[in-house]
Amino acid sequence: MEEPLRKELIVSAIENGTVIDHIPSTAVMRVMKILELEKSKNQVLFGMNLESRKFGKKGIIKVRDTFFEPIEINKIALVAPSASLTVIRDFKVVEKKMVEIPDFVAGFIKCFNPKCVTNHENVPTKFNVIDKIEIRLFCHYCEKITKKEHIQFI
Amino acid sequence: MKNRSLVSINDFSKEEYLKILDLASEFEKQPVQNILEGNVVATLFFEPSTRTRLSFESAVNRLGGRVIGFTDASSSSTSKGESLKDTIKTVANYSDLIVMRHPIEGSAKWASEVSSVPIINAGDGANQHPTQCLLDLYTIRQTQGRLDNLHIAFVGDLKYGRTVHSNVIALTQFDNITFHLVSPDELKLPSAVKMHIKKKNLNYYQYTDLKEVIPHLDVLYMTRIQRERFSDPIEYERVKNSYVLNNDMLDGSKDNLKILHPLPRVNEINEDVDSNPKAYYFEQALNGVFVRQAILASILGKK
Ligand SMILES: [Zn+2]
Repeated sequence: MEEPLRKELIVSAIENGTVIDHIPSTAVMRVMKILELEKSKNQVLFGMNLESRKFGKKGIIKVRDTFFEPIEINKIALVAPSASLTVIRDFKVVEKKMVEIPDFVAGFIKCFNPKCVTNHENVPTKFNVIDKIEIRLFCHYCEKITKKEHIQFI
Repeated sequence: MKNRSLVSINDFSKEEYLKILDLASEFEKQPVQNILEGNVVATLFFEPSTRTRLSFESAVNRLGGRVIGFTDASSSSTSKGESLKDTIKTVANYSDLIVMRHPIEGSAKWASEVSSVPIINAGDGANQHPTQCLLDLYTIRQTQGRLDNLHIAFVGDLKYGRTVHSNVIALTQFDNITFHLVSPDELKLPSAVKMHIKKKNLNYYQYTDLKEVIPHLDVLYMTRIQRERFSDPIEYERVKNSYVLNNDMLDGSKDNLKILHPLPRVNEINEDVDSNPKAYYFEQALNGVFVRQAILASILGKK
């Protein structure tokens, strides 16, 4: 347990809030965007290219006084499936868990089908995640499947 | 189905399809019924499809309802840049139900989410055309007396053909259907559709030759093959005539065989087939009116 504590100090410790750790460095900005942290009024600290024994380089985000609902936080599993979540109250870890790929995603992934209504009208996208391992998203509108390699973010 | 939209064939259960088919056979016996008197149905054709539009309008007229609408988007406010949402919300004020055809996939689903009246999808690009699928099921049941234990061939462009995909998926809900899939190698049924067949433990066979399959069939469903679908135009020239049905090819076919086609045909069924009693594509088109009457009446709560 001593190792992680020292690492947290690199991006200063928080009294209350959420730490999202083990994010691929390249996905940190995307996670910030998905969670709309750029609009947050609370203090947001983040680091990229931090040393990690497991991942080589990793990213971390700490959000003060913010606690996420599973439906909100699990959205990031599509870009950061390895991310872990630590909930802190009074400097103490009260919950630790991994993010999970949700059954349903809305609003932040583009449908790959150029003829889909979501690419022509002002319609927020909606997908059912029909394969959580390969990541295959079934469009609620055009009924086409967007595969992991074709995922683009809005 | 009262007040529900009909957007995708995948939104409905087998029991719901069968209810529509039963109701359609009532309209087949008694096509003129004044049950939609006072109702206004809007037909919004953002791309032209004369056949489908006339079939819907005929259905409404035979039920005593009135029709408003437009037949191509260039004459509507869409050409002035109005969003689909605004068009639908406006027309919903003037009508009790909207029938729409649109080139963009998923447009009917979106319309059903913003409309205050039910939507019937009359085709959204390459995606869905559920009333065509229901009229095909109706025709198969009408000619064979059942929707199970049948050998059915789909011929032509099985890769891009929306009608074929919907029909195959709908038919997998019935017992012991055997699918015979006849197409050029380049235009085989997509594996996502074949998955539906496998999931139900039904059998399918793939062929590149039409002749060899005919003697086994109860239903022969022909579709068009378009030149644009081929990456190599020489390949198109080479195969195009292998998927043209003529009357001689029907020698040795089963007595109960019926030939279907969603129409319009180009040249994939030779005209010498038309006088064969096994040709059933024009009757199939007439069934479209009964099935659409059934759908309109049940969504508007009149049956
Ligand atoms: Zn789509």
